[in-house]
Amino acid sequence: MRHRKYPFIVGFLIVPVALYALLVIWPYLQTFGYSLTDWSGESTVMHFVGLRNYTALFSDAVFRQALLHNVLLLVFLPVITILLALFFAFMLNVGGRAGTGGVQGVRGAAVYKVVFFFPQVLSIAILAVLFEAVYRSDGGGLLNGVLLKLGLEDPQHPIEWLNDPGLVLWSILAILVWSGVGFYLVLFSAAMQSIPREIYEAALLDGAGRVQTFFRVTLPLLWDSVQTAWVYLAIAAMDAFALVSTLTPGVAYGGGPDYHGEVMATYLMRNFLYFGKSGYACAMGVVILFLTLILSAIALRVTRRERIEF
Amino acid sequence: MGSTIEPNRLNRRDLIKRATAIGIAAVPASGLLSACAASGGGSKQETGKKTATNPFGVADSAGLEVIIFKGGFGDDYAKRFEQLYSKQYPSAKVTHTPTQNITGLLQPRLNGGNPPDVVDDSGNAQIKLDVLQKAGQLTDLTPLLDAPSIDDPGKKVRDTLQPGTVELGTIGGTFCTLQYVYTVFGLWYSGKLFRQHGWSAPRTWADFMSLSAEIKKAGIAPFAHQGKYPYYINVAIMDLAIKNGGPDFMNRVDKLDDTVWDEAPAKNAIEAVYQIVSNNYLLPGTNGMTHIESQTAWNQYRAAFVPCGAWLENEQLKSTPSDFEMTFMPMPSLPGDKLPFEAIRGGANEPYIVPAKAKNAAGGMEFMRIMLSKAGAVAFAQTANSLTVVKDAIGPEVQLRPGTKSTVTALKAAGGNVFNPTYLYTASQLDVDMGNASSELMANRIQPAEWLKRVKTATQKAKKNGS
Repeated sequence: MRHRKYPFIVGFLIVPVALYALLVIWPYLQTFGYSLTDWSGESTVMHFVGLRNYTALFSDAVFRQALLHNVLLLVFLPVITILLALFFAFMLNVGGRAGTGGVQGVRGAAVYKVVFFFPQVLSIAILAVLFEAVYRSDGGGLLNGVLLKLGLEDPQHPIEWLNDPGLVLWSILAILVWSGVGFYLVLFSAAMQSIPREIYEAALLDGAGRVQTFFRVTLPLLWDSVQTAWVYLAIAAMDAFALVSTLTPGVAYGGGPDYHGEVMATYLMRNFLYFGKSGYACAMGVVILFLTLILSAIALRVTRRERIEF
Repeated sequence: MGSTIEPNRLNRRDLIKRATAIGIAAVPASGLLSACAASGGGSKQETGKKTATNPFGVADSAGLEVIIFKGGFGDDYAKRFEQLYSKQYPSAKVTHTPTQNITGLLQPRLNGGNPPDVVDDSGNAQIKLDVLQKAGQLTDLTPLLDAPSIDDPGKKVRDTLQPGTVELGTIGGTFCTLQYVYTVFGLWYSGKLFRQHGWSAPRTWADFMSLSAEIKKAGIAPFAHQGKYPYYINVAIMDLAIKNGGPDFMNRVDKLDDTVWDEAPAKNAIEAVYQIVSNNYLLPGTNGMTHIESQTAWNQYRAAFVPCGAWLENEQLKSTPSDFEMTFMPMPSLPGDKLPFEAIRGGANEPYIVPAKAKNAAGGMEFMRIMLSKAGAVAFAQTANSLTVVKDAIGPEVQLRPGTKSTVTALKAAGGNVFNPTYLYTASQLDVDMGNASSELMANRIQPAEWLKRVKTATQKAKKNGS
């Protein structure tokens, strides 16, 4: 019955593959096609302009600034989120030293795990509303309210977190980290729990401290999860559309003040829908796609290590 | 198409949200609609006999189906119109459908050739009007313009409308949309607060500045604006400049003539607005606030003035204290203004259409004729707290909320001195660049000279991209 195997497999695969091709691959190809035109987005008339959109893109100062912001997010978001998540996961699973001999987390670890995971449950729209209140630019905001109560700022000139060229990007980064740590904490926790206890106990017997246990035992055995987290976070850093477009000031899709909060995705959307420069926006989309692909490939390759079986 | 005055309605944020949805909806819609327009639906239109009181020949028994976008204006006003219609045609069955998803409801009906008779094509999921017009889906409403007015059969409907209504509703050469709501722009204050302190509304910028000093002494911030959305402060700046430079200045801005930014009106306007910043007259934090945050702070008497369009009263209905006495005033005059103090920015929006294949298209037009009667305009002003394009419809005896009432007075006082720049809709990139410059100015990160330089560069860029 060997010859029946392939029709069987194909029979199962054909529908999902066709759907994938139709709904994912084909739009990508279309985007590439549109990126070579001067399409306005609201008509069926367009002209082929070759690579002009791409050359314009590289001399576009706003796009370069947006790209720089994405790169900054790309550097800081994965590093901060993973470090925090690893630290918390370690403390929750093996960081505690209560009792004798046993390897366990700090007291109340089960509660912390749930609490840390909360932000992950919130939809991005709720996050935006929540942080609008946190970063509010007068004394009614959570941060400014606290700073005012402590007498750390002038009530006449409260800090406008999202309207300050030097703070806006970092304010957005803080939200991304806050909302991301919980998920990676749980991811790392799950991976840590699959590490055999004996290894920790052996390390303990050999007199290893918390720091040594972490770097010599936990981290190497978690490497696969860290790698996955890195790729996901890198992709998130290339996006950041929802938060930037809802929270930062500006006429369409935020990005302000004066492009200091701009990311590639918001600039793309503004061009696509607001300026009627859809062909140009498609060129941006293609560039973002390739940047993300290259980054994922690099992240996976650079972090590749020998797998440790246990 | 540059004729829908979307930003006037509700607020900037809605516009943006809507723009997103339009873009998404319009792309597939354009293909579908044009494909379908050629095939032609087979539905028969019901008509009756044309008479003087029934200029479109509405059949007595023909049902009327109305779809209303239920947004910032609600849909109660439409029920009032429907009651008026039923009074005229008691045997007609009137169907009322409120929705926030116009595209979802309308697109299949248009493509199926059995559309409703009147649609308020607005909101997040609006179908773009130029797309509909090109696809041949809209009834030519010229007969409506030439029909006798309900209030005065000696007058044509055309002559009872605010100037600009016909031009705004004309797409591709035919008058096929009725932009019904009329919005004016200016500054707003609380009549109660001003009376309490013995302040009076300033007519000149110099008065405005000296009053601001007084207001500040009283512990209130003189000025708040919707900093997160620079649209509002842009309107204030441009209105000052247009009143200073006159209609000619506005036309040159609309034509993207970059030399206007070297001239006195632009300079006077931006320097005037910068005085608010340099004198520290801004509500602390207002530069980072959303429209709701800043307008609510103003409702709480934390700021004296806020710039906005006439939708403000309806938008702030819940946060306005009952004795607030919301009052509208035109932008104060600068020295050497070409337009009088009473001159204001005003324009129509909120498009109503009659689909071309509507079964009771005559009834649809009759419905619009009722909307354009005085009774219709009064019903709208009372239930939706906004004015309509019907000229002088609202007499002093009509009960209105204080803010709406003050816009009636201001509009009457303005007479022919109503202006409405179009660059906002034809050069959206200029609007965005100007918004960025204005935000920087309000945050005192740039000075007027830099603002002028930036806007000039933006105008040159817009001109280059436009041609």
